Amino acid sequence: MSMDPNPVTLTVFLGLFALVTGLGFVASRWRAGDLSQLHEWGLGGRRFGTWVTWFLLGGDLYTAYTFIAVPALVFGAGAPGFFAVPYTILMFPLLFLAFPRLWSVAHAHGYVTAADFVRGRFGSRALSLAVAATGIVATMPYIALQLVGMQVVLAALGANVSWNVPGFGPVDVPLLVAFTVLAFYTYSSGLRAPALIAVVKDLLVYITVFAAIIYIPARLGGYGAIFAAAPQENLLLAPATDTSLGPQFGYATLALGSVLALFLYPHAVTGILSSSSRHVIRRNAMILPAYSLALALIALLGYMAIAAGVRADPAYASGFAAFGNNFAVPALFLKMFPDWFVGLAFAAIAIGALVPAAIMSIACANLFTRNIYKEWIKPGCTPEQEAFVAKIVSIVVKFGALLFVLELQSTYAIQLQLLGGIWMCQTLPAVIIALYTRWFHPRALLAGWAAGMISGTAMVWQLQLRTSTYPLEIFGFTFPTYAALLALILNIAVAAGLTLLLREQDKKDETAPADYTA
Amino acid sequence: MEDDKSNPEPRRKFHPVYLLLLIPYIALLWVPFYNRIEPVLFGIPFFYWFQMLWIVLGVACLYPVYAHEERNK
Repeated sequence: MSMDPNPVTLTVFLGLFALVTGLGFVASRWRAGDLSQLHEWGLGGRRFGTWVTWFLLGGDLYTAYTFIAVPALVFGAGAPGFFAVPYTILMFPLLFLAFPRLWSVAHAHGYVTAADFVRGRFGSRALSLAVAATGIVATMPYIALQLVGMQVVLAALGANVSWNVPGFGPVDVPLLVAFTVLAFYTYSSGLRAPALIAVVKDLLVYITVFAAIIYIPARLGGYGAIFAAAPQENLLLAPATDTSLGPQFGYATLALGSVLALFLYPHAVTGILSSSSRHVIRRNAMILPAYSLALALIALLGYMAIAAGVRADPAYASGFAAFGNNFAVPALFLKMFPDWFVGLAFAAIAIGALVPAAIMSIACANLFTRNIYKEWIKPGCTPEQEAFVAKIVSIVVKFGALLFVLELQSTYAIQLQLLGGIWMCQTLPAVIIALYTRWFHPRALLAGWAAGMISGTAMVWQLQLRTSTYPLEIFGFTFPTYAALLALILNIAVAAGLTLLLREQDKKDETAPADYTA
Repeated sequence: MEDDKSNPEPRRKFHPVYLLLLIPYIALLWVPFYNRIEPVLFGIPFFYWFQMLWIVLGVACLYPVYAHEERNK
C-alpha cells in the first residue's frame, strides 16, 4: 500500500500512543500491591471499584476489532451486522444475575479463573483442564484479531513500514514495536496497565463516536440521506418463507448464542473477578450499556461509509484491496474528518486494540499457570514462581498471536474466532449452570463438553468455515440456527442423560451454598 | 433440576420483579416484530432505532431488580 503519512495526523496519533505507553509503566505503582503474587498481577488485587471496572470491562468487551468489523459488516451486508446491538443488550441481565455468584465463590476460595471454580466445585482435574484449554484456544485467535484491527489503522495512517527478515518474510515494523511495548508493560504492571489505559482509550472512543454521529451526517445531508444511499434490500433482514424461518431466526440465535458465550471467555472472567465486590458487577450491568450505545452508533458508520462513497474513491482503493470492507471506517474518517481528528480517532482504535489484547493475554496466562502448570506440571510451585510463569506466558501468548497474523492470512484468525465462540459456549454447563446446581456428574459434563465441541466444529466445518449459522432441517423445514446453540443443546442433553445413568459415589464439592451469595 | 440433597441451598422466595429481566429477551429475539422500515424516526428506519431504544429500556428493566435487592440486603 502506498499511502503517504500525513504529518499532523501522525503527530497526534504518536503523541497519544506515547501517553498511553507511559501510563502502562506507571500503572505498576497505582494502588500498589505485591506484583509477585498471581492475584495481584493477574487480577489487580481484586481492588477495582465501579468506575474502574466500567472502563476495564468496556475496553475489554467492546474491542478494537468489533469497532472495525461491525461497521464493515453493515457496510457490506447491511442489517445482519446490527446483531451486535441485541447481543450487547441481552448480555446484561445474565451478567447481573449469574456473575455476582461467580465473584462471591471465587472470592471465598481464592479462585483466579473459571477453571479454578470448576476444579473446586466438581473436584475434577479433567473437567477443569477441559475448561482451561477451551478458554486458551478460543482466546488466541481473538488476540490475533486485535492485531488485524491495529494493522488496518496503521495502514490507513501510511505508517506500515515493512522490514524484510531473511528466512521469515516481511514484518510490519510499527505493529512489532507496538506489541513489544505492550508486552513489556503488561509484564511489569499486570492487569493494572490495561485498566489505566482503558480510561484514556474509552474517552477517545466516546469523543470519536459523538463527533462522528453529529459531524458526518451533517456533511452527508442527514440520516435520511444516509439510509437512502444504502442498497434498500440490505436495510432489513429477509423474511421467513414457506420452507425456512430465514435470516431473522439466524439473527436472533446468533445474538442469543453470543450472549451465552461472552462471559465465559477468559478475558471477561478476569475483568469480572478483578472487581472489588459483587455489587460492582451488579452496578456495571446497568452502566455498561453506555458502550452498547456507542457500538450501535459505530455500526451505523457502515452506512455512512456507503453514503460517503469511499468504495469508489481511488484514494482508498489500495486500502480496500488489502483489507476488504474492514477498511470502510478508516476510509470514512480519512475522507470526512480534519487531519488532527483523524489522528485522535485512529489512536482510539489502535489503543482500543491494546487494552483487550493485554487483558486476553493476562487471562490466558492465568489459565495456563493455575490450571495447567500448577495442576499438571509443577504442583508444589511457590506463589512467586506461579506469578513469574504467568508473566512469561503473557509474553509468549502475545508473540504467538503476532506470528499468527504476520505468517498466516487474517482469514484464518477470523475463522478460528468464529469457532472460538462456539467452543466457549460449550463450557456453559460446567461454569454457569454449576453456579446454581451441583446436580451434574463431572464425567457427564466432560462427555457433554466433548459432544458439543465436536458437533459445533463439524457443523461449521461443513459450511467451509464461512458462516456459523447452520441450516438445520427438520421435516423439510429449515431453521437457520447459530451452531453454538445447537451444539450446546446436544451438550446439555448428553450431560443430563449421563448424569442420570452414572452414580456419583462421593460428591466432591469444596464450595458451600453460602459462598455464592456472600 | 433438583437441588443437592446433602447441601441444601438457602431458599429465597421468588419475587415477581425478576420477571422484568425476561422482557428484553422477548422484545429483541422476536425479530419479525421490528424487522420493518416504518415508522422512520429522524430518517432512521424502525429496525435500527427500535433496537437502539432497547439499550435504554434494558437498563430500565434491570433497575427495579437492583433496587429490590438493595432493599432486601
